[in-house]
Amino acid sequence: MAARNVLQATDIQRALTRIAHEILESNRGAAGLVVLGIPTRGVILAQRIADIIAEIEPGVHVPVGALDVTMYRDDLSQTPSRVTTPTRIPGGIEDSTVVLVDDVLYSGRTVRAALDALTDAGRPRAVRLAVLVDRGHRELPIRADFVGKNLPTSHAERINVRLVETDGDDLVQIAGD
Amino acid sequence: MSTSVTFAGATLPNGDVANVVVKNGRIVDMGVDVRADEGEVLDVSGLRVLPGFVDLHTHLREPGYEASETVLTGTQAAAIGGYTTVFAMANTLPVADTTSVVEMVWQRGHDAGYATVRPVGAVTVGLEGEALADLASMANSRARVRVFSDDGKCVADALLMRRALEYVGAFDGVIAQHAQEPRLTIGSQMNEGLVSSRLGLTGWPRVAEEVIIARDVLLAESTGARLHICHLSTAGAVDIVRSAKARGVRVTAEVTPHHLLLTDDSALDYDARFKVNPPLRTSDDVLAVRGGLADGTIDIVATDHAPHPTESKDCEWSEAAFGMVGLESALSIVNMTMVETGLLSWADVARVMSTNPAKIGGVGDTAGTLEVGRPADLVFVDPRVHRVFGPEDLGGRSANSPYFGREFPGKVVHTMRHGYFTVRDGSLIDAESVRSHAFADAGRVEDNG
Amino acid sequence: MQHLLSAADLDKESAISLLDLAEDMAETADRPHKKLPALRGRTIVNLFFEDSTRTRISFESAEKRLSADVINFSAKGSSVSKGESLKDSAQTLAAMGVDAVVIRHGSSGAPHLLAHRGWIHVPIVNAGDGTHEHPTQALLDAFTLRRRIHKNHSRGKDLAGVRVAIVGDVVHSRVARSNAWLLTTLGAEVTFVAPPTLLPASADSFPVAMVTNLDEILRQRLDAIMMLRIQKERIQGAYFPNEREYTRVWGLTADRFGALNENTFVMHPGPMNRGLEICSQAADSPSSTILEQVANGVFVRMAVLFSVLTGNEEL
Repeated sequence: MAARNVLQATDIQRALTRIAHEILESNRGAAGLVVLGIPTRGVILAQRIADIIAEIEPGVHVPVGALDVTMYRDDLSQTPSRVTTPTRIPGGIEDSTVVLVDDVLYSGRTVRAALDALTDAGRPRAVRLAVLVDRGHRELPIRADFVGKNLPTSHAERINVRLVETDGDDLVQIAGD
Repeated sequence: MSTSVTFAGATLPNGDVANVVVKNGRIVDMGVDVRADEGEVLDVSGLRVLPGFVDLHTHLREPGYEASETVLTGTQAAAIGGYTTVFAMANTLPVADTTSVVEMVWQRGHDAGYATVRPVGAVTVGLEGEALADLASMANSRARVRVFSDDGKCVADALLMRRALEYVGAFDGVIAQHAQEPRLTIGSQMNEGLVSSRLGLTGWPRVAEEVIIARDVLLAESTGARLHICHLSTAGAVDIVRSAKARGVRVTAEVTPHHLLLTDDSALDYDARFKVNPPLRTSDDVLAVRGGLADGTIDIVATDHAPHPTESKDCEWSEAAFGMVGLESALSIVNMTMVETGLLSWADVARVMSTNPAKIGGVGDTAGTLEVGRPADLVFVDPRVHRVFGPEDLGGRSANSPYFGREFPGKVVHTMRHGYFTVRDGSLIDAESVRSHAFADAGRVEDNG
Repeated sequence: MQHLLSAADLDKESAISLLDLAEDMAETADRPHKKLPALRGRTIVNLFFEDSTRTRISFESAEKRLSADVINFSAKGSSVSKGESLKDSAQTLAAMGVDAVVIRHGSSGAPHLLAHRGWIHVPIVNAGDGTHEHPTQALLDAFTLRRRIHKNHSRGKDLAGVRVAIVGDVVHSRVARSNAWLLTTLGAEVTFVAPPTLLPASADSFPVAMVTNLDEILRQRLDAIMMLRIQKERIQGAYFPNEREYTRVWGLTADRFGALNENTFVMHPGPMNRGLEICSQAADSPSSTILEQVANGVFVRMAVLFSVLTGNEEL
């Protein structure tokens, strides 16, 4: 199966930096921001975005956490579930602006589950969505506020997001059918 | 119908090959070249001929539990297993503790004709263990009861047991004890040991059996009476009987096919078809009872054929009934566990499945021996054939056999009772034919006085 | 994990995964909204042939926290008390289209039959069968121990080297059986302590040590002592002479508790006979985990139900 590299390490870094700037711009600063990643790779990306924000606005601490959505998935009865991971929300989300972070936006179902999970965790003032790759084919009326790269794909293709923390290097590939 | 049959080329228990000639219900000749001057000649070369099997321990369930078995269906199962005489246990409803019940059972067997049915009389009224039943009356009845047992329950009271042992001596009867100390087996479900501990099923200690056998051989020794031990199942029990016999105590003992083959780990799946009384023990016990049967400590194999309806077995283990059907599978299991292992010869099989049980049951003068002049109770066995045992191999009304799917060596091919076939080429002869043969036979070979 | 019938069926990895999942479940308990939608639209039957309000409400809470629809089917006043068989009950539930059965039954092996006889084809969870097993109780005991020992760093941990004494009516205890398997699978060293009449018939039945002298065990390092409920009916079976003697020799009395290392946890599956197998000083002390056990029961049952109903292959 042929795999085509679409984002190199520097592309990923550049995309995340741009997303961090866009988040600060739309939020008019870092006040009230909470960045929550969706496991597994969304959590890593969330941490990286938070680190970049801290570089841009020194002295500002942006809470970073993880939001497990396993219990909220709508396919629990059809496909074997994944192992859950802990949800960590330092400081809570009440009245904050939550930025959900995931690696790939596809059907939108994971984000739908994340919104439900968030509702059970509290009542944020606003929720934004940041993704590294938007590959299209939405099945729900959901769109990302911050996108690293739009990658039109076919259903048969697969997006591999590799990150140093989990996979040893930073790379986004499209694997063909 | 032809009243003469010549079985040509049968292998006798001792291994000799001979023709067996049957005429008018009796064996009239046996020898290399002998044949009847008329009638059918049946080639039985390669088959073992043995005296028709005698089961000292069968539950026919009639009267009272006809949903499980009747005298007719139970003796059909017996015929399929090669049995020509069965002793019907007394735990029916009403209990066989009176002349009327034992005569009724005897009569039903007599009319059905698939096997000679000898009722076992209860030792105590209602099997309650409190008062002796009408032992002598049953002995003197048309059923001529010689074996008495509260089987299913133990005669636990030492005084009653002693008196019963003495009393039946008057008519050469025998008490067949179901050795189970009741207080040691309250709620017991399976052999006490590793498996019962893990499964959380109440244990049935070996000593509950052995303590009764030890007591009863001492009672038999002190009274000089005759004692029979039902379904002996433990290594310790074999030792007790062995030493008692060495001292000259008049004790005999039986083992069931299932205790020769199965162990308590059969319960691991909570499949209640393996729930039986006494319980399946461990492999050490299995080896000990095989050894006991081989060296003569254990005199006989008895089936303890115990039919139960599906719902009594397709349920929780602790709710399930004790017992399994066994008439149809007994020969195969004895072949597998005793003959193929070299522990018994076919002559020994004839002894433990026919000759000895006939003697213990008081029918040795008519049954249990292959001899010219005797009633032609014969079974022809093909020891070479292997078959996977299944529900179609059963002949009774209940299907609670634990053996489905097992491969067994050996099969009964023909069963002949009093000179007429009850099973031929592995198939049961229909009830109407058998009944008419039995009716004709009643005036000819009278085995019940 | 398809069913949960016996703690012996869990290997170390799957046991730890279940306990970790229970940690995730426990976290949701602190949130303003405690309910998870995971089992929305699934119907779970609590099939209780034996009265046990505690276990039933624990399962029921777990089911409701996961948004399952719950049907309680108890033997009393139902067709079961009219003599309906287990088979018929199971086939009836199957015909109704339930998604899982939690069964409590007085006969050992009843859950095994439901899982394997073909009467019903849904996940079966054993909520206590006869004197066989009570695997969710063992899971909550292990969970409680692990939390006490590793606190917030429990995830991924086993119970290696943890020494646990299980004291009392072992031979009739499904709690002791399930704990013997699970705690040793997790690396703990388990000792059964009881009068010889109340120890299993075969010393090789379980991977544990079996002793009769409680005081000797108490002198050794012990991380937890689990007192089992003793039933007074055992006196009729001559398992022990009377309650006073039992308490004197095998009870966790105030004297014994006073001499116990304060780091030794005191556990009890409940309901307790205060003053018989356990004194109030022990039951109400900071060493006691008894109420945590109850609370944790809901979390491990959530984890178990989630796992069997979503077919988590890693468990």
